[in-house]
Amino acid sequence: MLTVVAGLWRVLRGPTDADRMMAAQLLGTGGIAALLLLAAGMGNGAIVDAALSLSVLAAFASVAFALAVPGRRR
Amino acid sequence: MSLLADAFTVLAVLAGLFFLAAGTLGLLRFPDTLSRLHALTKADGLGLGLIVLGLMPQAGSLLGALKLLLVWALAMLAGATVGQMIARIARRESQ
Amino acid sequence: MSATLLIDLALAFSVLAAALWTVAARRAFEAVVGFVAFGLVLSLAWVRLGTVDVALTEAAVGAGASGVLLLGATARLGAQTLAEVRDQPAMALRIATGFFCALLAVALGWTLLNLGDPAPSLAPLAAANLAATELGNPVSGVLLAWRALDTLLEAVVLVLAVIGVWSVAPDGAWGGIPGDIQPPRRDPALRLAAQIIPPIGVVIGVHLVWTGAEAPGGAFQGGTVLAAMWVLAWMAGLVRPPAVSSRRLRVWVILGPIVFIAIGLLGSFLADGFLAYPAAFTKPLILLVEAALTFSIAVALVLLLVGPPKAAP
Repeated sequence: MLTVVAGLWRVLRGPTDADRMMAAQLLGTGGIAALLLLAAGMGNGAIVDAALSLSVLAAFASVAFALAVPGRRR
Repeated sequence: MSLLADAFTVLAVLAGLFFLAAGTLGLLRFPDTLSRLHALTKADGLGLGLIVLGLMPQAGSLLGALKLLLVWALAMLAGATVGQMIARIARRESQ
Repeated sequence: MSATLLIDLALAFSVLAAALWTVAARRAFEAVVGFVAFGLVLSLAWVRLGTVDVALTEAAVGAGASGVLLLGATARLGAQTLAEVRDQPAMALRIATGFFCALLAVALGWTLLNLGDPAPSLAPLAAANLAATELGNPVSGVLLAWRALDTLLEAVVLVLAVIGVWSVAPDGAWGGIPGDIQPPRRDPALRLAAQIIPPIGVVIGVHLVWTGAEAPGGAFQGGTVLAAMWVLAWMAGLVRPPAVSSRRLRVWVILGPIVFIAIGLLGSFLADGFLAYPAAFTKPLILLVEAALTFSIAVALVLLLVGPPKAAP
């Protein structure tokens, strides 16, 4: 669990680099992984529901981001 | 039996974390956008997949395990789609 | 013990770092990415604090829906990037803004440090009376039984927001199809994803509303997921929204608040007062309100995300 958060922190540093979209995508996956691990670690099944909705919304948000990028360069 | 399941969980989760970390490293260190994307999408899906695989014996019920699997399937689907779209943007930018 | 402490410290640090990065970002697009990342880390922090309800809402509404709304706003401002640099507010205004923000932060911090111990709370009272509502989730109980007025007003705010968005439509476009008229996107990957993901997402959204009675979840979270799925299909060019002039669309938007108010009025005749439920029907009525609210929230959010109509019908 510790490594997840450490990984998350490194992802957070990633955006200061270049490709923000990829960093956001990785952050989404990392967040889902962290939620799943927290659900197991804290023994709270409802957190899995949170991970489920997060994975759906992450798909939605990253598609929106990907579409917005060319829109911005018109 | 439960000891075996626990050992499996620890092993798979650790492997998953390793792949996530490797993906992060690739994102930070690789020279150009396309190879960074390559590092990210592979490590991403594999890392989350291994973690889900590791946690499935701990889910307690078949429904719980299926839920975990669904999370992974959704993340994979989204990852593949967004990977395509980012690659297209990157190519347009480089031209 | 020390490992969990370390995780919590790292989380708190990440929340702060994401917030700082969002504020410091130079371009609007970067700031929105930062904002979404911030919401994500914040919802992890809520989970660590044991409030899965708040975490769900933060992930769905805070990071997901607001992030994409802000993104739409940046896309619309895109043409004005130069103006962004030129139209900097006057020095005095900037100093005043900074001063009042700092003042607010200090006041909040001061309040936090001087909270009574134990903090005044109605939680034990709410938990003790939860059985009367036949709900398993105390948060849903509070939101729909004792603080129903707050929830009702939140739902009404969404209707007002839709009216606000529609009111910026140009005269000629009034009554038309909301949003950009976009050619169908030719991205096959996106089209495939937009065909596979929404059915799963709709099931998840309904699941969130349904479990809301017993576990974390509820109308707002479920409605957001439903709205996100429809907008995903819209972005892939698979569906088109109905015209703004459509009567059925308008009925969907106000259905939730209307049902809520109707049941509330019923309460003032049959039970103790406005928004009070007759004791025998508490749970079915709450579920009815939740279901109607979910549809209205989903439709209203879709309309907000899609934007005002841009072309004549």
